[in-house]
Amino acid sequence: MNNIFVFCELDEGKVADVSLELLTKGRSLANELKCELETVIIGSKLSGIEAQIAPYGTDTIYIADDKRLEHYLTLPFTTIIVDLFKKEQPQIALFGASSIGRDLAPRVSSALKSGLTADCTSLVIGAHEDKKEGKNYENLLYQIRPAFGGNIIATIINPDCRPQMATVREGVMKKEFFNKNHKSKVVTIDVSKIVSDADFVVEIIERHMEARKVDIKKSQVIVSGGYGVGSKENFDKLFDLAEVLGGEVGASRAAVDAGFVDHARQVGQTGVTVRPKLYIACGISGQVQHTAGMEESAMIISINTDASAPINKIADYAIVGDVGEVIPRLIAAYKKHSK
Amino acid sequence: MKGLKIIVLAKQVPDTRNVGKDAMKADGTVNRAALPAIFNPEDLNALEQALRIKDTYPGSTVTILTMGPGRAAEVVREGLYRGADNGYLLTDRAFAGSDTLATSYAISCAIKKLDYDIIIAGRQAIDGDTAQVGPQVAEKLGLPQITYAESIEKVVKNRIIIKRRLERGVETVSSPIPCVITVNASAPECRPRNAKYLMKFKHAKTVTELQSETEDYLKIHQMRPYLRIAEMSVADVQADVNWLGLSGSPTKVKSIQNVVFAAKDAKQLTSDQKDMDWLMGELMANHTLGA
Repeated sequence: MNNIFVFCELDEGKVADVSLELLTKGRSLANELKCELETVIIGSKLSGIEAQIAPYGTDTIYIADDKRLEHYLTLPFTTIIVDLFKKEQPQIALFGASSIGRDLAPRVSSALKSGLTADCTSLVIGAHEDKKEGKNYENLLYQIRPAFGGNIIATIINPDCRPQMATVREGVMKKEFFNKNHKSKVVTIDVSKIVSDADFVVEIIERHMEARKVDIKKSQVIVSGGYGVGSKENFDKLFDLAEVLGGEVGASRAAVDAGFVDHARQVGQTGVTVRPKLYIACGISGQVQHTAGMEESAMIISINTDASAPINKIADYAIVGDVGEVIPRLIAAYKKHSK
Repeated sequence: MKGLKIIVLAKQVPDTRNVGKDAMKADGTVNRAALPAIFNPEDLNALEQALRIKDTYPGSTVTILTMGPGRAAEVVREGLYRGADNGYLLTDRAFAGSDTLATSYAISCAIKKLDYDIIIAGRQAIDGDTAQVGPQVAEKLGLPQITYAESIEKVVKNRIIIKRRLERGVETVSSPIPCVITVNASAPECRPRNAKYLMKFKHAKTVTELQSETEDYLKIHQMRPYLRIAEMSVADVQADVNWLGLSGSPTKVKSIQNVVFAAKDAKQLTSDQKDMDWLMGELMANHTLGA
């Protein structure tokens, strides 16, 4: 009772990275709150799945295994989670801010009439004093996220409703083994007793999942472009530089929205969070939505025609100039030095 | 097939995408006055899906439902200009401070007062980016939800076929109607305003907006009932005030920190080849690049 729950989602049969990252975060929050960390996973043919989860330090794994649950469906997943949360009364429940988590968590929060904060970039335990009501709260979950287009950072709390629910995007939290030999208690959920036929009114007719092609998070060098790059053709120059440096190409939301590159490359609040050794920001003005996803890069170089662009406030080196002219010169300089 | 009654949920939002230099004050905080109020972009994608159903199944109607202050009537008008049939403005002081849960409760109460087959909304609004209200409305109405919709393929025998665009691929699902659908930005853009509808509806107004008009204007207005944008209050939708506003919102904003860029001294370089050579030399020397 009153523990921390992490919803573990499956990514083509494997536990998703975002869930393992949340387990790592959940473990440290549980230690701080001196409560247990529990996990729920829903799917089909899940025997042995606990081996993927236990090393991240969860105390208990609830497994709902049913052939009808092979692919994510809103209604039965909601029914199972709501039933479990009503019984177990968690104080905190964490979901990945994925297309599954962002579909499931609000439905669950509505059913439990509890508060949910989307896309948190930081989760911290803290106190709160409600001066108006004269109440003091200890050990609340501070759900910290950018808001208003990233121009403010808001700390959200759920003083009175439980569970305190939050979603977090992949890559925001660090994934770390707690103990490779850690053993978790496994509890099997009797699915047929909880779900009904009414939960299966929505049917999946067709499904085409693509293998993850680009994963810029793993790259040590990221050449990233913003709206200022100007065109899809100019983005080719970024790909040239990335190739020479052995890196990947990233982008700001504005560049993705403009259709210059695929969403998989988007860095920032609504994309991935990256921490490469080198981040080269080309034609990126540096709005907080973007910098939230790259400011922990070990070194940041900006290329911008505007010397006063906000990105230059966090950059180590600011090259004032046109991306189209600068990149070929950088390539030439690299080739000269690497000879 | 008989016509379908479609409700489109739309929100008026500050245009946070165009936070240019003038939108930031000298102290690094947001200058809200410099941000124009717009029709939430993904709600326009939702409207287009609704209008396509209306095009395909004659006799269908599209109703805009928006919640907000009086000025949000502009969203209803914008919908009418593009092909919606009518609209409602859900407005009441008691809604102020509502989080997503209280908002979805209010909207679900309003929807219960309306006749509908399909409810369509944008996936998320750009001022909050939460994507929570759609699923929460669906839960409160006890309806299935289809999120991340990219296109509504067809409606057959009380079922609707929808293509969803997910992070990793596409999925086509079949759902019974009524249901709640939320639409992605990857769906087709909304058609522009139609000149004929613009002429027809430019005087569409709420009761509150009509208060400042002359008697003659009101007379003409009354003769054209399609120009009336209905307002709905808490009492009209029979909502329980305890579930609205700040008191009905489980989440509270503990603190807001305006983002002020922490100044750090970037070493400034020109785009000359000489500077580029020096920079690459530095990156190699400190092992940022190479071994």
